[in-house]
Amino acid sequence: MQSIIDINHLFYRYEKELVLDDINLSIPEGSFLAIVGPNGSGKSTLLKLILGLLKPQKGTIVLFGQDISKFKDWQKIGYVSQKANSFNTGFPATVFEVVASGLTKRIGMFKFFKKEHAAAVNAALEAVGMEQFRCRNIGELSGGQQQRVFIARALVSDPKLLILDEPTVGVDAENVNAFYQMLCDLNTNRGITLLLVTHDIGTISDKVSHVACLNKHLHFHGETTEFEQMRMEELSKTYGHDIHLLSHQHEHGGVLK
Amino acid sequence: MIQGIFHYEFLQNAFLTGILIGFLAPLLGVFIVVRRLSLIADALSHVTLAGIAASLLIERKFAVLAGLNPLYLGMVFSVGGSLFIEKLRSVYKHYQELAIPIILSSGIGLGVIFISLANGFNTDLFSYLFGSVTAVSRTDLVVIFIISVVVVALILLLYKELFILSFDEEHAKASGIPAKTIHFIFIVMVALVIAASMRIVGILLVSSLMTLPVAASIRIAKGFKQTILFSVLFGEISVLGGLFSAYYLDLAPGGTIVIIAVLILILTIFSKKWMIKRHVQKEIGFHERS
Repeated sequence: MQSIIDINHLFYRYEKELVLDDINLSIPEGSFLAIVGPNGSGKSTLLKLILGLLKPQKGTIVLFGQDISKFKDWQKIGYVSQKANSFNTGFPATVFEVVASGLTKRIGMFKFFKKEHAAAVNAALEAVGMEQFRCRNIGELSGGQQQRVFIARALVSDPKLLILDEPTVGVDAENVNAFYQMLCDLNTNRGITLLLVTHDIGTISDKVSHVACLNKHLHFHGETTEFEQMRMEELSKTYGHDIHLLSHQHEHGGVLK
Repeated sequence: MIQGIFHYEFLQNAFLTGILIGFLAPLLGVFIVVRRLSLIADALSHVTLAGIAASLLIERKFAVLAGLNPLYLGMVFSVGGSLFIEKLRSVYKHYQELAIPIILSSGIGLGVIFISLANGFNTDLFSYLFGSVTAVSRTDLVVIFIISVVVVALILLLYKELFILSFDEEHAKASGIPAKTIHFIFIVMVALVIAASMRIVGILLVSSLMTLPVAASIRIAKGFKQTILFSVLFGEISVLGGLFSAYYLDLAPGGTIVIIAVLILILTIFSKKWMIKRHVQKEIGFHERS
């Protein structure tokens, strides 16, 4: 299978602290990859690097066969952030307007929103089951509904890759399963490659095709079946004490990629 | 006043400028308020004050430049201040609001120095602080008209980008929107509109015309476009109502415009409460019946 993202020997540090240490990762087209790891393990930094919000200090990122510094096709990548971080719930915008904003790049600067764009917005809302909320203000919806709207916003520009950063934060427990089921459908029915950062290891392991355990280093990267067999070991390594981790890093160097 | 508009040029100027400002200030104000930058207008208006004071000083010291319209130097200072704010916001990434008091106090500091050098306040300066119906010249009107055309065209052309940047900046950047360029264009527009508004509303009250109509609109509007529509409507009602009452009661228009905007805000707050109450009563009635 062709890979959509190829990361080679990637390093990143914030001032004195090294957050990503020699990351090697490749994501095959059509896969559903979950990146798990504790808080501060560099998951969000890795996503920001892939999205071009941060620049790699060392190492390379190749997106759709092109080095990230030359990559221009950003509409191929949809992004759903941690809702709580970047969204003002009092913002006076309807669900339709929010989803339509996902087309901004595709329509292009100095050009206007047209009828065919409205059809694309409605189709994206249908795909996430939110078409009846079209005219509601985004702040009036529940956390789970808002997150569906943000997925529709990412879907509207017809991306090949969808990146989600802990999308279930603020979604109540009973809706989490339905939410992941919807992601699975997008993956299988539409062939969209999914990259998901999450804490819900238990919930996702039967839904994703690949797992990566990250805590500064990539402790494990492989298919879910492989992960299941060595799950406890991998998780304790990823979530374990720092010193413990460092001593493991050399022993398990071969597991990385 | 309606008759006066046809008779007196100064009233025509004030009225037409008022209509333009009542449209522009809330239009830009919507984007400022939703991005939680309401105080930026205050900072820039105080920088504009420094520009106007500098212009009045130059006029006094150099007789050759006596005809210089203070609006121009006011605009230069305002645009300069806006660029400094953007720069400071990138320097203090985690304290972005810090840019506002820095620029605001620098503006007042400079303004006060220029005023004292020009031997203190005079009526001209007073009209810049609180607005004046008689102060608007035909040249002012022409300049403000040009600014209006440019701002409206830019807002129409960049509406999508401004919306996505206001709603979710991280997402906008991740989808490849040139955030810096658009911020830059936007803040320069704000600076120009602030400088243009001061003749009517006055430096001290300019920011209110950018925020109060929006504050009222947000209470009752559905969606972003409706928020803009109501904001502009409230802005126009405030400006026209304010100009009428200022003319008839011989008051500074800045004050009357702001007070009408405040009254509209209070009305929307109470009407929303009343609507919620009515809705709840209906629900209770429905449950009792069933």
